Amino acid sequence: MADTRKEVFTKGIFKENPVFIIMLGLCPTLGVTTQVVNGIGMGLGVIFVLTFSNVFIALLKDFIPNSIRIPAYIVIIAAFVTIVEMVMHAYVPAIYNALGIYLPLIVVNCIILGRAEAFASNNSVYDSFLDGIGMGLGFTLSLILIALIREVFGNGTITLIAMGSFDGVIKIPLLYNYPIRILTLAAGALLLMGYLKAFFNWYSSRKQETI
Amino acid sequence: MSYIAIFITYVFINNFILSQFLGLCPFIGVSKNSESAIGMGMAVTFVMGLASVLTYLVYHFLLVPLNLAFLQTLTFILLIAGLVQFVELVIQKNSPALYQALGIFLPLITTNCAVLGIAILNINENYNLMESFLAGISGGLGFTLALILMSNIRERLDLHPVRKVFKGVPIAFISGGLMALAFMAFDKSLLTNLLG
Repeated sequence: MADTRKEVFTKGIFKENPVFIIMLGLCPTLGVTTQVVNGIGMGLGVIFVLTFSNVFIALLKDFIPNSIRIPAYIVIIAAFVTIVEMVMHAYVPAIYNALGIYLPLIVVNCIILGRAEAFASNNSVYDSFLDGIGMGLGFTLSLILIALIREVFGNGTITLIAMGSFDGVIKIPLLYNYPIRILTLAAGALLLMGYLKAFFNWYSSRKQETI
Repeated sequence: MSYIAIFITYVFINNFILSQFLGLCPFIGVSKNSESAIGMGMAVTFVMGLASVLTYLVYHFLLVPLNLAFLQTLTFILLIAGLVQFVELVIQKNSPALYQALGIFLPLITTNCAVLGIAILNINENYNLMESFLAGISGGLGFTLALILMSNIRERLDLHPVRKVFKGVPIAFISGGLMALAFMAFDKSLLTNLLG
C-alpha cells in the first residue's frame, strides 16, 4: 500500500476534505449550519456512522456479492443511522429537533456511500476505520467552520452546549446588534459556500505553484 | 392544507434546492446543460411522486400497525432503492425513448436527498395519501424549476470570462445563492394573499 497509515488518517481533513475538495454531502452541510452546536451534532453523527459502516463493510467485503453491493452498503449505513437517531432522540432532544429531517438524511449522504465504495470495499478493517474517522473529522471541521462564519456574522452569537450556569450562547458585542442576517438564510449559505470553495481553489492552486 | 397551498409551498416557498438544500449534489453536478437538467428533473419528479405514495402506504399500513415506526429510515431507503430499480426496468422494457432520456439519471436518484426527504417530510407533516402524492410531485417540479433555471444561467456563464478560482462550482454556488435570494420573495405571506 502506497499510503502510510498517517496519510490515510489525515487526508480526509485537508487534502481530500469531503466538503471543500471532493464536494460530497452538501445538503446537511448547508442545511444544519445555522448554529455551531448543530454543526457539531451533525458532525458527530456522521463520524459515528461513517466509522462503523466503514468497519463493517471492510469486514464483510468478501461475503457481499459484487452485484448487490450498493443495496447491501445502504442497509448497513441505514442501520447505523437509525442507531444515531434513537440515541440523539433519547439523550440530546434539542439537537435532535434542530437537525430534524437532516438526521435521517445521513443515509443518503454521498460521503458515506462514497467512502464505502471507494475505500472500505478494498482496504483492510483497520485502514477503513482510520479513513472513517479522518473523513468524519474533516467533515465535522468543515461544518464547524461554515457554522461559525454563518452564526457569528449572521446572528452575532456562538451557540454551544449549555452546561451549568452557562446557557451555551456566547454573544459577540457589536455583531449581536447589527448582524448580517442574510448569512443565516438559505441564500447566504449558498453564497458563502461559493466563496469558500473559491478560497480553497485559490489556496490549493497557490500551494501547487510553490511546489 | 389545501391542495393549491401544498403545490405553491413545495414549488416556490419551500423549494427543495433553494430553501431546504435537498438535492444539492445533482443541482451542482447535472446543471451544466439544460437538456440533462430537464431529464434529471423529470426523472426526479416521477420517482418522488411514486415514492411518496409507496412510502405512505408502507408506513401507515405496515410499520405503524406492527409498531415498527423506528425502522422508518431503513425501510424508506430500501423502498426507494427498489422503486428506482423497478422503474428503470419498466421504462427500459416499455419505452426505449423515455429510457434514453431518463436512463442515465435513474441510478443517481437513489442517493438524492430530495426523494428520501419528501418521504420523511410527508410523515412528519401528517399528510394523507393524496396530499403526500401532491407534495411529492410539487417538490419534484420545484426541483426541476431550480435545475432548469440554474442550467440556463450556467450555459450563459460559460460564454463569459470568470476568474480561474471561481470557475465551475464556486460560481455555480454564487449564482444559486442569488437565485435563492430572488426566491425569498415567495414566502408564507404569499399564501395568505393568494388564498386568503
